[in-house]
Amino acid sequence: MSGPNTSYDPVQVTPLNTESIDAMVVEALAAFAAATSVAELKQARLTHAGDRSPIALANREIGALPPQARKEAGVRVGRARGTINEALKAREEQLKAAEVARILVEERVDVTLPVQTQPFGAVHPITALMNLMEDVFVAMGWEVAEGPELEAEWMNFDALNFIPDHPARTMQDTLFVEPEDGGIVLRTHTSPVQVRALLTRELPVYVVCPGRVYRSDEYDATHLPVFHQIEGLAVDKGITLGHLRGTLDHFARAMFGETRTRFRPNYFPFTEPSAEVDLECFVCHGSSVGDPDHPCRTCKSEGWIEWGGCGVVNPRVLQACGIDTDIYSGFAFGMGVDRTLMFRNNAEDMRDMIEGDVRFSRALLGTAR
Amino acid sequence: MRAPLRWLRESAALPDDLDGRTLAEALIRAGLEVETVDHVGEEIAGPLVIGKVLAYEVEVHSNGKPIRWCQVDVGPHNHDSGSRSVVCGAHNFEVGDVVVVALPGTVLPGRFAISARRTYGHVSDGMICSPKELGLGDDHTGILVLDEPDLTPGSDAVPVLDLREDVLDIAVTPDRGYCLSIRGIAREAAQAMGIAFNDPVDRVVPVETTNGYPIELQSDACPLFVALTVTGIDPSRPSPRWLARRVQLAGMRSISLAVDITNYVMLETGQPIHAYDADLLDGPIVVRKAGEGEKLTTLDDVVRPLHTNDLLITDASGPIGLAGVMGGATTELSLSTRNVVIEAAHFDAMTIARTSRRHKLSSEASRRFERGVDPEASYAAAHRVAELLVEHAGGTLLAAETVRGTVPGRPSTTISDTLPTQILGTDVDHSSVVRLLEAIGATVTDHGDRLTITPPSWRPDLKDPYDYVEEVGRLIGFDTIEPVVPTAPVGRGLTRSQRARRAINAALAARGFVEVLSFSFASIADLDAMGIPSDDQRRRLNKIVNPLSEASPYLRTSLLPGLFAAAVRNLSRGNDDLALFEAGSVFFADDPQTAAPRPPVTQRPSAEELAAIDRALGQQPRHLGAVLTGQWQTDSWEGRGVTAGWQQAIAFVEAAGLAIGLRLDRRAAEYPPWHPGRCAEFTLPTGERIGYAGELHPDVCTAFGLPFRTAAAEIDLDALIAAAPTMGDIPAISGFPVAKEDVALIVDEDIPAAAVERALRAGAGPLLESIWLFDVYTGPQIGKGKKSLAYALRFRAADRTLTDAEAADARDAGVAAAVQRTGAVQRTV
Repeated sequence: MSGPNTSYDPVQVTPLNTESIDAMVVEALAAFAAATSVAELKQARLTHAGDRSPIALANREIGALPPQARKEAGVRVGRARGTINEALKAREEQLKAAEVARILVEERVDVTLPVQTQPFGAVHPITALMNLMEDVFVAMGWEVAEGPELEAEWMNFDALNFIPDHPARTMQDTLFVEPEDGGIVLRTHTSPVQVRALLTRELPVYVVCPGRVYRSDEYDATHLPVFHQIEGLAVDKGITLGHLRGTLDHFARAMFGETRTRFRPNYFPFTEPSAEVDLECFVCHGSSVGDPDHPCRTCKSEGWIEWGGCGVVNPRVLQACGIDTDIYSGFAFGMGVDRTLMFRNNAEDMRDMIEGDVRFSRALLGTAR
Repeated sequence: MRAPLRWLRESAALPDDLDGRTLAEALIRAGLEVETVDHVGEEIAGPLVIGKVLAYEVEVHSNGKPIRWCQVDVGPHNHDSGSRSVVCGAHNFEVGDVVVVALPGTVLPGRFAISARRTYGHVSDGMICSPKELGLGDDHTGILVLDEPDLTPGSDAVPVLDLREDVLDIAVTPDRGYCLSIRGIAREAAQAMGIAFNDPVDRVVPVETTNGYPIELQSDACPLFVALTVTGIDPSRPSPRWLARRVQLAGMRSISLAVDITNYVMLETGQPIHAYDADLLDGPIVVRKAGEGEKLTTLDDVVRPLHTNDLLITDASGPIGLAGVMGGATTELSLSTRNVVIEAAHFDAMTIARTSRRHKLSSEASRRFERGVDPEASYAAAHRVAELLVEHAGGTLLAAETVRGTVPGRPSTTISDTLPTQILGTDVDHSSVVRLLEAIGATVTDHGDRLTITPPSWRPDLKDPYDYVEEVGRLIGFDTIEPVVPTAPVGRGLTRSQRARRAINAALAARGFVEVLSFSFASIADLDAMGIPSDDQRRRLNKIVNPLSEASPYLRTSLLPGLFAAAVRNLSRGNDDLALFEAGSVFFADDPQTAAPRPPVTQRPSAEELAAIDRALGQQPRHLGAVLTGQWQTDSWEGRGVTAGWQQAIAFVEAAGLAIGLRLDRRAAEYPPWHPGRCAEFTLPTGERIGYAGELHPDVCTAFGLPFRTAAAEIDLDALIAAAPTMGDIPAISGFPVAKEDVALIVDEDIPAAAVERALRAGAGPLLESIWLFDVYTGPQIGKGKKSLAYALRFRAADRTLTDAEAADARDAGVAAAVQRTGAVQRTV
């Protein structure tokens, strides 16, 4: 910067006249507009707004003016510089924006390329479904009880009112474990967990018992010798068959949406009264029955789906667990998880559930739905 | 039990237009498991008619086979010649015989369509049918000749032969033994439809009388024995067609007149009947338990050593029948039998069940006795057999008959009249309860608010108060009961273990592992193939007495063989890149194995009994296992992938721990089935060993058919979860800047990286925030047998910005510790 003009020089300084200043502005603006890149603009800035630019030089001359002219020239030059700088800034922004826009266009990628950074894992559909079922009951305040798969006959049969040598014993083909006649079996249902719950928990008891069970059954598309059940047990004062119906209707709706259950009287040693529970088809709601043009693969056009067994807990079971049957009553129910998966997700062959093919495990992307 | 609809109609006044399916629905609502309704003969169509053989010529053809060229009178279906001409290969008929002719256009069972066809030089205008072709059994030795000359030629053969019938197939539950009879099902049908029931059991058991065949009862297991004698039967007479047809539709084979009659009456009344050839009996019939060492040859020609709890029918010659299960060979009816002793006895259900199980011999009789037979039916059933023998075999029923013993008493039960309301959860008033119980045949004594109930003789299953609640419930219909959701007390949610298992499963799935399930069975061969030593705990096997497959008769002690099998199956199906895992129970037997006690069920077992039960079950921890092969990350457009190996197996275990807030220690170990140089052993902070991970031994890969370098892991999941921390502290988060320092240390190749890191951490002290091994180098620059480990260290203080000198001092202290503990030399860069 030049200092104030202390040595008075009355000579009119040419560059400070209006015409020259205006010309400088016009030139500068034209140069900025002509710049097509940030680099070119930088050059134009040095030429027209830099330390050695005409306008900067003109500014320096102001000090040489007589005092009465300085103010006017100062205002004039200042305005001109302002105009130049604004134009520079505006052009700079314009060019930068254009540059960014160009780069963003150039950097475009194919977002449909596979981006799997991790292998594709999954929880088994049976596990996922079992968790979903448990959650329905946990939300109602029930708890999830578990027990051993290798189980005492006393727990699996005796306490459940399966009388030795009674034909009911042969209803469930049992795998026995050595020592022979040692009273040890692979549990044929998760009901022994109910017995254990009654023996170890304080009343009232509201539990579901999910788990793996074993039968010396066929191994084919609709039968597995190793499968999964979820059973439920409620023992409280004043429990009725109506409570069982209410619970199963709720369970059914939580699992399948709008549907209801139907009870068919049946026989189980551990419940009395006993019933088979059917589910109204949640897909066709019975509309496929007798309508061969619109078959339903979920219910096989029968309108109802066999779901499980249930009933009022036989007082003999409560007695074996030391519970006063004059005060307490209960209900129990049980469903096959594998079977439920089969009709809920239209699985075709039960063997796939236990053969470990990754395509089965991944079929629902590891979710329960 | 298969129940033909027309047979049911004889006892239940079913509407004429009722079909099998409608009846099935009513029975299902009443609690019978109707599995199917067979529409037997529904495919039969067209002119299947009665014909009369007018004439035939025998022709012998070039293949040596003689055939008959028959002229058959088929009434309105005759051609102008007055007959139709049919070729027949059978020879068991004569001119004048009545036969069944399938004229062209007929469809026979099995959708066998008949048309006129040229054969043996003639146009055969249809077919004369054999019993088999008509669906009347297996007999295909000749054509069916009807012994009824009055049948009109040309009339429809279907109704004559009962070819079309709806048959209900019912799976009878153990409490409904009475439904193993037409009588029982008809009773249920009548009840369900509110129509009249006509009981085929039409006479009561009279008082004891011993005029007939001498009978002695020496065991409580036989409280009643009715014996009638029919003499002079003609064993050559065939079974009447309707009777044989019903027996056949009910699922039994027609054998001979006398046998068919006993089966028919058993099917009708539910009372098993045995008939003896009276001339082969030797002295009085004695019912008693078997003696030591006795043997019996049963009707199926099997010699059976007897148990002293087996109940026998005997005569002076010894055992002649396994009571209620199967008769003996020596007194069997034969084609020369002329005199018959009919047995209709009652046996204790449990005795029969045990004998049947002991001898692995289940018969139509034992199935019924096990479930309880109506003792009141015995006398009527015996008489029904006698009547049929007299009518169809020409015998004479001797007036002298024997009734030994009495109908056993039935226990009555007293219930509160409000019990059904209390248990069903819907109002059933006093009078309705009484009415419904009487409707099932029970006798009810009304004491006001209490009812004393005696079950009908055919319902031995009705014993407990709740049994009667069920009867009331099924009669009012379970669907009339209002559904109400009960209010459970506040719950505690999932247990720690349940939450942990879900978290671990989800974490492993998110990390790319695929959960599979496999059978819980195991074989010695698999343990051998894994190279497991004889004293390893994985040899503590539980053996299954009746395994599904003799190839794997044990319970698994390791998840690995199941995972290996799943991997091999996947590979064989072209799924090459595998990271499988399974969480499940394994089973370690106690040594010595003990029996689980079976205390009485009338009360809660003692604490000692419950403890003994659990002891006998051995240990059943949940394990977590994995197997990896192929590519962990596949090759992609971004570059080459990552091959699955020991690293991912180790990461699997660490991920499981981290999912529940647990860091595990690990060190090198040698443990089959892993590669001895590539196996890590995991320990809890307590030092407890919980499992292994790494690359499999190459021999194991070969033995299981797995690719080399397959990796695997297995840990005790329960132990892992038990060690998971609860709660825990969150430290203050320092806002002061971090100071970064890198060091490279040269150590002997066999020094574990973890030891170097431990030393660095210990030496660097509390200012060290994190440490990360970012490079491992071996090569000429550092010499043979050495490796260089490069670590990035981050230091930070809670309360101030660290000076360069403070960070450098902490770093040097770490290096000094590593030098001292691991012999490390700092590498100058």
